[in-house]
Order: sequence, then structure tokens, then C-alpha cells
Amino acid sequence: MSHHPINDLACGAKKILGEIMNKGAALKPKDRLAIPPQEMPSQHPDERKKNMNEVALGYTPEQARLEALRCLQCKNAPCVEGCPVRIDISSFVKAIAQGDNQLAIDIIKHNSLLPAVCGRVCPQEVQCQATCTVGKSLKDVNQAVSIGRLERFVADWERENGKVNRPEVKPETGKKVAVIGSGPASITVAADVRREGHSVTMFEAFHKPGGVMIYGIPEFRLPKKIVQLEIDTLVNMGVTLKTDFVVGRTRKLMDLMAKDGFDAIFIGTGAGLPKFMNIEGENLVGVFSANEYLTRSNLMRAYDFKKAHTPIFPSRKVAVLGGGNVAMDAARTAVRLGADEVHLIYRRTEVEMPARVEEVAHAKEEGVVFHILQNAKRIIGDVYGCVKAMECLKYELGEPDDSGRRRPVVIKGSEFIIELDTVIVAIGNESNPLIKQTTPDLNTNKWGNIITDENCKTSIEGIYAGGDIVLGAATVILAMGQGRIAAKSINEYLARKGA
Amino acid sequence: MNKIIQKTQLSEEVFKIKVQAPLIARERLPGQFIILQLNGEFGERIPLTIADADPQEGTITLIFQTVGRTTHLLSALNPGDTIAHLVGPLGRPTHIEKFGTVVCVGGGIGVAPMYPIVQGMKSAGNKVIVILGARSKDLIIMEEEMKALADEIIICTDDGSYGRKDLVTAPLKEICSRVPKPDLAVAIGPPVMMKFCAETTRPFAVKTLVSLNTIMVDGTGMCGGCRVSVGNETKFVCVDGPEFDGHLVDFDNMIKRLRSYKKHEDSAHEQCHLDLEIRRKLEAGQ
Repeated sequence: MSHHPINDLACGAKKILGEIMNKGAALKPKDRLAIPPQEMPSQHPDERKKNMNEVALGYTPEQARLEALRCLQCKNAPCVEGCPVRIDISSFVKAIAQGDNQLAIDIIKHNSLLPAVCGRVCPQEVQCQATCTVGKSLKDVNQAVSIGRLERFVADWERENGKVNRPEVKPETGKKVAVIGSGPASITVAADVRREGHSVTMFEAFHKPGGVMIYGIPEFRLPKKIVQLEIDTLVNMGVTLKTDFVVGRTRKLMDLMAKDGFDAIFIGTGAGLPKFMNIEGENLVGVFSANEYLTRSNLMRAYDFKKAHTPIFPSRKVAVLGGGNVAMDAARTAVRLGADEVHLIYRRTEVEMPARVEEVAHAKEEGVVFHILQNAKRIIGDVYGCVKAMECLKYELGEPDDSGRRRPVVIKGSEFIIELDTVIVAIGNESNPLIKQTTPDLNTNKWGNIITDENCKTSIEGIYAGGDIVLGAATVILAMGQGRIAAKSINEYLARKGA
Repeated sequence: MNKIIQKTQLSEEVFKIKVQAPLIARERLPGQFIILQLNGEFGERIPLTIADADPQEGTITLIFQTVGRTTHLLSALNPGDTIAHLVGPLGRPTHIEKFGTVVCVGGGIGVAPMYPIVQGMKSAGNKVIVILGARSKDLIIMEEEMKALADEIIICTDDGSYGRKDLVTAPLKEICSRVPKPDLAVAIGPPVMMKFCAETTRPFAVKTLVSLNTIMVDGTGMCGGCRVSVGNETKFVCVDGPEFDGHLVDFDNMIKRLRSYKKHEDSAHEQCHLDLEIRRKLEAGQ
């Protein structure tokens, strides 16, 4: 795909929008389907490979209106069914088409607390856009209405025009709630619980809040200032933030209630325990979890070689194992840190990749070499214990497995070797064991995920949990959706308790 | 919070600081460590062991050697200065019970984290034999504190400037040869020392705990940078350790992994010496 500069995209959109407005007549479905899908303006690949700035630049106002006009306003709104938090998508898209951005963002915020984040990182093509009638009519999900980009557009419009308001906070109830972790689930709980007038203290183990949105997702995909704004809003609402505080270690979970007077607790500690492949050579120098590699670069700013004290491995030839967003993030970070070659190795095909389509496209544009139907067998070290090469195996797709995806099957005797100095393992995360280790009464399943009922209530009275620590590694939007449910349960619990 | 209230230079490269950290002082147990960072934007996070704590006073004591950029910068802080970020206590506490006779081997600044363990073992009713080792006399730390607790103490220096001219493994071997043999050994110090302590006790089948100080970023299980091979299984020092069965640890792999960023560390170290030198000169000039 050739790259189109933002000015060309903006001019094109302006011209078409002008023609539609001049006609004055109401658009028929046929006319709407004829409007060209609006491409997301982005930094040129050659340019962005050398910087950490956001790749996708956001729609221009004309592009946004034009894209919104593509929406058929289906009565049954299948897009809403595809949204994990049931945003009234057709209404907010209609508002953008009519040029009422304020109305659009108000509609979104009714269901979603983090539109600027979700507009950027949600896997829309398997959620709202998967069920879009426009995409179905054009027989291509990638030609569905770009709901995510529109969501991002109005969220950015609100922020850039200084229209973000502090949500109303009801009079103080005197009840205290502890929120553990500061990722998407916890931010949502903190906001929704604080709104009811309860005192909220948010505990974060790291020195900076934001969870995976700060340590995991790189600046080039989600600018840190957007996450910081969400945290600032919480602080403005009166939420107390305690960083450098590891619940389970700095204070035991139960002590927060028994000794520190918290009336309820939300656990949103995420899926922070990287999985490894359990293959030979995985502890060689030069093998990293994607978490470590990304945390060094994102949170510790190791990409800023001159200023940062935290080192990052100087890689020349990198292999990233995995096919999710984290794998893409790691591969694209390696490109930006100056690696000569970055290979992405995935044992299924591109169709099965869990990564967002846009991230896959961006990674390819930036020169990441994709190796599908391949996987690592063992990592080979040199005499110094450093990575020298990796032996891989080729796969073919067999019958569907439990996940519904076709199972990759090893092709016998297909071993081959690629030379490398770095291997980044991005095959997912397990639940973080810290709270479980130090809270014996908390029920967890065999993977260490906290067991809750449908209202996010755990086995201990007054303690709720949500996000990846319950779901296993999932998405920002699902974590946020769980946060909403947990907050509602906590608010109801405290109301009952107070009565 | 995190204000330095006392600072003592124990030797050319070793410093002892007492820091206000009431939450950590309250919760910490023998065997645990902290992570600190001197600058929230660009500073690095480094793990340091806790040498002592006073919950009443709300302070913890850290003993560290200036080996890299952050420890050098830390050594340049003075009472009244604040450590930007301090988190802990991290890691699983030492399993303490009445074992019988426990031999505790501390090498270099590994003596610092050994001190709370000796305290714990002693108050659990164990007979505690302490072996302290260092390159030379001025690098032996906490001798008085240990003497006050230990039932028996042996000091070794590499150069013979104090105590026995021996490696710590020599007295360790003698103690293991006694009848009855000790019930437990604990070794904390440089990786090579721990490796050879484990090799020394292995033929005697004396269970030997070692406390590992690997590269870490978060210290809560998230990054996996600290992983070590223990009995052919991958373990995370931060959440599974820091103490492991020394007879099962793959020390050679661990030592190699510790050198992952050697080049970067060396140049940062050099730069740091230059910076501190310039600062000293500037201060002297004023």
C-alpha cells in the first residue's frame, strides 16, 4: 500500500464533502456506500521508523464527517451488538455526520470512560466494525465504517478544544474504597465509585500510574499524555493516588480492610506475568519477555539513549515470537531502536493473528518481516551464553481447536536455523501471583485468575475484581467494561452497607 | 517519605544509609528487598537488600556498594535528601524456624541482607555460626552487630589483612565436617561465592539457601528479567525468590545474564565518575 500524505487525504475529503453538501439532497444508502472509505492519515514509514511519535495522525474534520456519512443508520444497529460496552454507535456517528462533535462525545461517554484510548487500541475489526452493514455490503470488513477512528476523532476534538469536564462528584459519603492497580479497569472503577461520593485511593506498584497503557503500549500507538489526562481527571475528582505501593507486600490485601478502614476493595492488577515457551535456550542473554523489552523502552524511556539510565539491549537481528498486539509493539519498538532486521514469527497464519489489522499493516510498512506458520524450537547460544541463532519449525493448519482457530500442526523434518542476537517472547501473560500469594482466602482458578461472579464479586465479602486478573490477558475495552460492572456492584454494596 | 536521615561511609565503596520508609519498615521481614529510583523520568530502578529496619522509628537501613550509575548517585546524597521512589518490601521472606544449627555465610555487602536473617534465626532458637568474608579488612562490614548475635563467628579476608587468609568456603567446609553437621546453610554474596558455597555443602548434603540479586525492572513478576534456572525450571527471583535452594540454581547462566548490559554499565559507570569528579571540583571551587 502506498503512503498518502495527510494533505492529500484532507483535500480529497474536502472536495467530496463539498460536492455532497452542494447537492443538498438527503443521501440514499447507495450514495453512502459510494463514499470512499477514509484512510487514516499517518506518518510516512521512513520517517516514523526513526521516532517514537504517534503513527496514526487522526482524521481531519472533513474526513471524519465524510466517514460518518458512510453510516447507513441501520435500525437494528448491529455495530452496537459488537461493542463490549454497548456504545450507542449509530447515534454518535450520526452526530459527527451532522457536525455536532459535542453531542457525539457525550453519547460515547455515557458508556465508555476512555474513548481516546479505545478509539486507538480497540480491535474494532472483530468488534463493532465486524458486524457493520457497510462492510458486509462491500464484502470487506476493512471497508466497514471506521467507528474506532471516529471515536478517536471526537475524543481528541474534546481534549484539544479544552472541553474535557471534571465529572460531577456527589457529596462525601464517608465510605472508603481501595482500587488496586491503575490500568483501564481500575481507572473506570475509581471514576465511577468516586462519582457516588465515596473516598477512593488508587494503589500502583510502579512509580507512574496507567498500568499497561503506560508500561506496555508504546508512545507511537498511544501517546502517554492521553493516559495522563485520564489520571489527572481522577485526581481532580479527588481520587488519592499512591504510587510505589505493592498491595500484598507494602500492605496485605486484608489489612487494607481490617487495619486501614477501607470498606470495599477493587483488584485490577492485570495479567502481569509473562509466559515463556519453555524451550531450550530461553534463559540465554538476549532473550526477553515483550513485557521487559517494552517496559524498558516505554516506562523507563530507554529509547532515549542519551537521557535514560535504564539500558536496553543493542539488537541487530531480532525475532519476535507471537502474533498479537504486544508482538507488533515489540517488533516495531525494535525497528525504532535501530535493529537492522526484525522478524516476526507466528505459528498460525495472518488470518488467525489476534493483532489489530492496522498494527499488522503498520509493522509491515515499517519493514518487519513476517514469518507465518513457523515457530521456535530452540534458541542457540554462543560460548558467552548469548543468543546466536534460533532453530525453527514449519507448520501447516489442521483442524480447528477449542478457540475455533485452525490448529497449527508441525511439519516433520522442517527444521531450519535463522541467525539472531535477540529473541523477544510475546506469547501472552498469566495472572500476577502477588495478591494470590499473600491472600489465601481469595479463590482463584488453576491459571491463577481471580474467580468472580457476574457482578465482579470475589469469594471475600467487600472485595471485587475485574480486568485481566479475572479474564486472563484481554483488551482495554473489556477491562473497562468489567470496571463499569464492578463499580456498580461496589456502589450498591456500599449503599446496602450504609443503610 | 523516603528522606535520608543518616549516612555512614563504611569503606571506600560501601555506604550505609538510614531512610524514612514507615510502610516498608512496618511490613518487611528477613530476606526481603526494595527497589529504588532516583529520578522518576529517566532514572533506573535498582533492587537493594534491606540490612535492618526499625518499625517504631519508621526507618530502614540500606547498605550498598557503588558499582553502577545509580549507586554512585545514591552515594552522593546526604541526610535531608530524598530518594524519589522507594518500593517494597519485595520478594518472599526467608523461611525461619528452629532448624538446629544454621551456618550463615556473608560475602562483601552480602553481609547486609544476612543480618536480618541471623536475627530471625537466632530468635527462633537456632545456634547460629556466622562466616564473614571480604577482599580485605576495610571491606568487612557489620562485624560488631554480627558478633552480638552469633554463637560463633569466623572472619576471612582474601589478602589476610584481617582474620583468616582464606575464602569463606574453607571454614564452611570445616563446619560441614563437624559432627553433627549443621542443619542449614545460608549464603549471600557475590554469585561466584554463592556458587562455591553451594558446591562446598553439596557433598555433605547440607541444605543451602542462597539469595539472588539479578537484573530487575519492576520487581513484581511483570518483566521476567530476573528469571533464573532452578532445578531446570525457570523461576522469577522477584516473586518466587529471592531465596532458592543453592544446590539447584544454575549459577553459570545467572552470572552470564547479570552481564547482559555490561557494556552499557561500564560506560555509564565511567561517565558517572567523571560527573561526580566535576561536581566535587565545582563544589570545592565555590
